[in-house]
Amino acid sequence: MRRDIVTSIIGIVVFTILLGLVYPLVITGVSQVAFPGNANGQQIKVNGKLVGSKIIGQNFGTPVLEKNGKPKEVKGAVVTEADPRYFQSRPSATEGGANNAAASTFSNKGPNSTKTEEADAENIKAYIELNKPYDPGLTAAQVPVDAVNTSASGLDPEISEANARIQANRVAAVRRLPVATVDGLVADYTDARGLGFSGEPGVNVLELNLALDRLTGGTR
Amino acid sequence: MTLTGWLTIVLFAVILTALALPLGGYMAKVYSGERVFLSPLFAGPERFLYRVLRVSPDREQDWKSYAKSLLIFSLAGWLLLYVILRTQNAFYVPHALNPLGYHSAPWNVTFNTVSSFMTNTNWQYYSGETTMSYLSQMIGLTVQNWLSAGVGIVVAVALIRGIIGRSGKSLGNFWEDLVRTVLYVLTPLSVIAAIVLVSQGALQNLSSYLTAHTVTGLTQSIAMGPTASQEAIKMLGTNGGGFFNTNSAHPFENPTAFTNLFEMLLVLIIPAALIFTYGRMTGNRRQGYAIYGVVMFMFLGAAAVAYIAEAHGSPAQHAAGLHTHVISGSGGGNMEGKEQRFGIAGSALFDVVTTVTSCGAVNSALESFTGIGGAVPFANLSASEVIFGGVGTGLYSILLYVLLAVFIGGLMVGRTPEWLGKKLEAREIKLAGLGILITPLAALFCTALATASKSGRASIAEVALSKAGSNTPQGFSETFYAYLSQANNNGSAFAGYTGFIQPNAGNLGSHGITFANLLGGFDMIFARYAPILFALAVAGALAGKRVTPAGLGTMRTDNTTFSVLLIGVIVLVGALTFFPALLLGPIVQGLTTHLF
Repeated sequence: MRRDIVTSIIGIVVFTILLGLVYPLVITGVSQVAFPGNANGQQIKVNGKLVGSKIIGQNFGTPVLEKNGKPKEVKGAVVTEADPRYFQSRPSATEGGANNAAASTFSNKGPNSTKTEEADAENIKAYIELNKPYDPGLTAAQVPVDAVNTSASGLDPEISEANARIQANRVAAVRRLPVATVDGLVADYTDARGLGFSGEPGVNVLELNLALDRLTGGTR
Repeated sequence: MTLTGWLTIVLFAVILTALALPLGGYMAKVYSGERVFLSPLFAGPERFLYRVLRVSPDREQDWKSYAKSLLIFSLAGWLLLYVILRTQNAFYVPHALNPLGYHSAPWNVTFNTVSSFMTNTNWQYYSGETTMSYLSQMIGLTVQNWLSAGVGIVVAVALIRGIIGRSGKSLGNFWEDLVRTVLYVLTPLSVIAAIVLVSQGALQNLSSYLTAHTVTGLTQSIAMGPTASQEAIKMLGTNGGGFFNTNSAHPFENPTAFTNLFEMLLVLIIPAALIFTYGRMTGNRRQGYAIYGVVMFMFLGAAAVAYIAEAHGSPAQHAAGLHTHVISGSGGGNMEGKEQRFGIAGSALFDVVTTVTSCGAVNSALESFTGIGGAVPFANLSASEVIFGGVGTGLYSILLYVLLAVFIGGLMVGRTPEWLGKKLEAREIKLAGLGILITPLAALFCTALATASKSGRASIAEVALSKAGSNTPQGFSETFYAYLSQANNNGSAFAGYTGFIQPNAGNLGSHGITFANLLGGFDMIFARYAPILFALAVAGALAGKRVTPAGLGTMRTDNTTFSVLLIGVIVLVGALTFFPALLLGPIVQGLTTHLF
């Protein structure tokens, strides 16, 4: 008994030092030397300013302004509306505004819930309103699921190819670019399946939007 | 459904088996005390650790002594972790490893979290990036990720020793087994895994959170931290506690479809290998193959059902007018709470991988799975961690089922049941029966208590309530899943069920729901250590038995007939115990298109 207690106390302290300090610090050191870009979050900088992480989804909306010119807020989160010049990310359920990368969350909406139906119907309507002027044939039946359902992390950096193709019409029209040019960029920023079979192809929204800005003269 | 989706499931099973076979052989050598190719590297540190811990690895322990060491060591871990988490901001100043100056979570949430990490459950009421300092994640949670995995593995090894023991009492030495597990098995695998994850895009730093200014004039705060090192052992040790709140759905934890596949392999590699280790150590590899066949069959069945259900889409999607079939450029299906890069197959398979084991990591929101898709994790948990199961836990759990199957088979043919040459008697059968039933008992008892009480229902998420405010099947599913998951030491969640109200990041002004935290904490501790004690007691009872050579009438345990019998016993016990409760939640949701 006493022997076990002594060994347990020494054991937990020794293992805490080895596994809780040495191990993570060694991995951090090796990562910072061998893969500094990845280890630090794949930061993307434009003109020296941090605009985001390549693998963290962003909100490409602009703040809705109140009559007094201040941004409208609901529960401390800035209300935004989609900026038609940019490809839009998937819906996000994070608190404090969409794509809050300091507090990832699931939506936790159930499969048989009226609340899920309402949210889906609302997102379909918004998607059609945003894109139909540039894609007259667009109906609810053609709206891809990923454009309507919230992502798991609330930070999904990608959208499906079908979603990107529909949005390409809008982005091309608003930016006065040929659709083929935008489609070409979409293809450039589409990630293939892992090892050719795992997962789904996805279009990286932030990289695509930054490439568009480079093409048509930068951010506003 | 797509061809690549099915291919993902099949190729995964093939790759897993190909990797688990050699690892199983390697581990058999490690636990038989033989030299392995890593011995030149680790023999020195091993001897050093024995000296520091003041243990003599040659001291043989019987089952009681082995259990005592295990329990005292676990208790020491519990106490230290509690102190670490509760003193997170002891100095009230932000420092390099608590850059945002986070306060500690309340006592009740901490009680639940500590019990959760010690028992390999990793149920999380807290969310990593808004609660834990880097220091807490490293010296607190990461350490228990290693040690709880180690404790699970050594119990399985002790049980194997009991089964193959020749008229002795010894099950080996707990400290030697633990040290060898950490050094020879977990260290090389998790160092490699962490580096691979970072090479593919995972996060690993000690920086403070970033602030980005987006192209549309918004600001985005981005959480950072030493993620990959914890991710590696979280998967390998079938722990499953995410560095971030959304666990393996978070791009920093699981950045690509390749890492998704890689992480799934990490989860299953040790549980799968241990089955082969068992075959090797009993001297008849076919004993291992027979069990492997059983669990692989059940695993593939679960994966197929989940994939089909999720690809079909949910009633809510269809009611909203969304089309969920595959179209050009979109995989369709129920993408609510799923990530684009994983798709439906990568999410459904991950869900099955982490719920058949005690991992409980998620890369998609289980709460948003369809009724039948969500019934799959329920069914996996109802089988009490025998389909691969947690590291070690899985093997000792299924061996108890094997014992039961041998007994039932013996009754059928009217002979005294024998297993690997040892006669099974009333004592072992009673112990195994108790060991099997204790987890379901804990799960159902806690669920009943939580559904029947007002304090239990307080944890149900608002989105799971219907317009009228009354509780729905979803609310019941959430509650049931919470206590089933904690009893199985799984840790995955229908994440709407909450025990922690946290208005601000950093825990100021937060409070825990005492009922959910305490009930869950005791659920985890009881359902972890009671089966361990029963498994060790079975090992002790078997160790001393004499071996008689197999005769003509001996029922073989290494052929297909036995595998089928074993599947029957597992399904029967699981179904009889849980079917009524399952009907009230996921099955009712899966059978109706009605919205609540």
